[in-house]
Amino acid sequence: MEFFLISLLNGVSYGLLLFMLASGLTLIFSMMGVLNFAHASFYMIGAYFAYQVSTWVGFWPALVIAPLLVGVLGALVEKYGLRRVHKWGHVPELLFTFGLSYIVVELVQIIWGRAAVPYQVPAELQGPLFTLFTTSFPKYRGFMMLVAVLMLVAIWLMLTRTRIGLVIQASLTHPETVEALGHNVPRVFMLTFAGGTALAGLAGVIGGNAFVTEPSMAALVGSIIFVVTVVGGMGSLAGAFIASLLIGVMQSFAIAVDYSGIKLAQDIGFTVTPATPLYSLFQLSVSQVAPVLPYLLLVLILIFRPKGLMGTREG
Amino acid sequence: MTSSVQSGRPVRFQPLNVGRWLVWGLTALLFLVIPLIFKSGFAITLLSQMGILIVFALSYNMIFGQGGMLSFGHAVYSGLGAFFAIHALNWVGAGTLPLPVSMIPLVGGLFGALFGVLFGYVTTKKSGTPFAMITLGLGEMVFAASLMFPGFFGGEGGISSNRVVGDSVLGISYGPAIQVYYLIAAWCFVSMIAMFAFSHTPLGRISNAVRDNPERAEFLGYNTQRVRYLVLIASAFFAGISGGLAAINFEIVTAENVSALRSGGVLLAAFIGGAMFFFGPVIGSVIFVMFAVALSEWTKAWQFYLGVFFVLMVMYAPGGVASLILMNLRVAKYRLFAQLRDPYVGILMTGGVLLVGIILVVEMSYHLTINFAAGSKTSIFGFAMDGADPAFWVMAFGILVSGALSFEAMRRYFAREWGAVQEKIEDQLRREQRG
Repeated sequence: MEFFLISLLNGVSYGLLLFMLASGLTLIFSMMGVLNFAHASFYMIGAYFAYQVSTWVGFWPALVIAPLLVGVLGALVEKYGLRRVHKWGHVPELLFTFGLSYIVVELVQIIWGRAAVPYQVPAELQGPLFTLFTTSFPKYRGFMMLVAVLMLVAIWLMLTRTRIGLVIQASLTHPETVEALGHNVPRVFMLTFAGGTALAGLAGVIGGNAFVTEPSMAALVGSIIFVVTVVGGMGSLAGAFIASLLIGVMQSFAIAVDYSGIKLAQDIGFTVTPATPLYSLFQLSVSQVAPVLPYLLLVLILIFRPKGLMGTREG
Repeated sequence: MTSSVQSGRPVRFQPLNVGRWLVWGLTALLFLVIPLIFKSGFAITLLSQMGILIVFALSYNMIFGQGGMLSFGHAVYSGLGAFFAIHALNWVGAGTLPLPVSMIPLVGGLFGALFGVLFGYVTTKKSGTPFAMITLGLGEMVFAASLMFPGFFGGEGGISSNRVVGDSVLGISYGPAIQVYYLIAAWCFVSMIAMFAFSHTPLGRISNAVRDNPERAEFLGYNTQRVRYLVLIASAFFAGISGGLAAINFEIVTAENVSALRSGGVLLAAFIGGAMFFFGPVIGSVIFVMFAVALSEWTKAWQFYLGVFFVLMVMYAPGGVASLILMNLRVAKYRLFAQLRDPYVGILMTGGVLLVGIILVVEMSYHLTINFAAGSKTSIFGFAMDGADPAFWVMAFGILVSGALSFEAMRRYFAREWGAVQEKIEDQLRREQRG
């Protein structure tokens, strides 16, 4: 019970962090048709900016300033890079963001070095939030969940209840009509891109000190958030939300389970020895398999439900 | 009705294609002669790696440039092919597999194709962006799985082998690097011809149609999914051959061979060279190896320069280096090059200044953040620079900013003149068509 609750909480908090990334990616994808390969790079930039700003003015101002800076950077990238490539089609756009992710990793190393930077959780948020049976749940994890949920509610309100949200939603499906009504659609695109990258930046600010702020952090989450968007259904925010939680919970449970094929065979009455065929398969414990699980889920989803959990179109 | 139709066999006009024989003959000659010109050990290493990457990049271009499938996981096929090839090499060494070392790449190719059959079934169900993401996911899966089975993949250390097995045949033992180079060159040449021939088969042609207009191809009665699947299997076969060559050349295969880094590298090579042309990836591979092997000897920031180069190509020359060459050849053919001479001089000179500025800033900061143990002093282009001294930073940024401003002005001038020249050529083409 204790293991179950703690794993569930950890999984949900990781899943919410994934959703902060995946939501920006999904918004950008459904609006511009661009799969932003550099999305995780903006997450990393957010973490590094937050580290830099927090060394000057502290964590709380950084929580606001760093995502804004990342958003401005995203707007510049859209205006001076992506928009130029747009006329060549979607593949060059994807390649542009792919090249950008290459450059960002190198730039981060040029500026901050190859080792991890000491980006710490602020003193107010250190320590346990509450104790379940014998395991304590850290305060910072609770804070992460709070920020993610607040952000989730904020986007939902903005998209459905405000004028800007209506224009964005309309531009998603009918860009020509929105343009004919006198709205500046390229600017809406730029703002959406900026907003999406700012969300990634915010995820970086709160994820950077929960995990480690280092040049490989973008690659670590990068492919996972692509899995999330495909599993959830390309362009579906609700699907991305479900898929993030699913993958987050699945990962945190799998990492903690030390159950292998050998034990399974024993439980159902077989003995497995090194002489058994495929012994190395039996030998694997669930925690060893954990890194593969999201990708396995991706392949299974594609075979049995190609449009994703909540997707509406088959790309 | 002509007699050919009545007899049921179309008569085709097939003269001896002199140009094609000439090009392939010269390519073969180049493969033979080049190690005699560049004799140093480093040059041979470089050439061998170019040969391996040429096969890999051309195989990648079968699906990317010609089939329109952007893959982020092509290293899966070359990497798995390499793993099977190196195991085969070990079995040959142990005497359990009677196979000459020269044929080891074929093992890689067959297993590459086998995994193409297996994974391609899942990935080619989709096209476009979803295909790209699935290949990415699949690549990550294979990479993660390769670390899970140390028995086959050798864990972190990889699998190593020895290519000098058995008695030497006609003095060929594959001990010296030059013999390995000629093995790679031979395989590379044969694969190039095979892949070129493939692009002219009905399957190769219809894969172009599926790339350009899948709906129309489907209306013609082709199953686009099956076309993509078959092309992917063929491409995976050649990728496996390049993996087998890599296994012989390096005598070690690690998990890095199936990693996303490799997949990204081959994409960069194919695109930089020019994915729309058959020979584009060949140019791209040469450039990529120059960056990855030669430039990395000089600077640790080579990936930064490669990334910037790639992004600039995406933004300004999406047809790659091959298209740049062809466009300039067209200008030269219409004898309009004189008009572009001044803009070229201007853009190259200001571009050079900008490049020097960028290099100074990048190298100095790299030296401060990564090489800090060696102190802040460094030498760039033979000049002693000190990253701790603000005067050097002022100088570097001065060069950078003045280079950037003058380059931007020259770029506009160049774009204007280039546009004018292209317009003239189009005009002339139209007049020629009207007769």
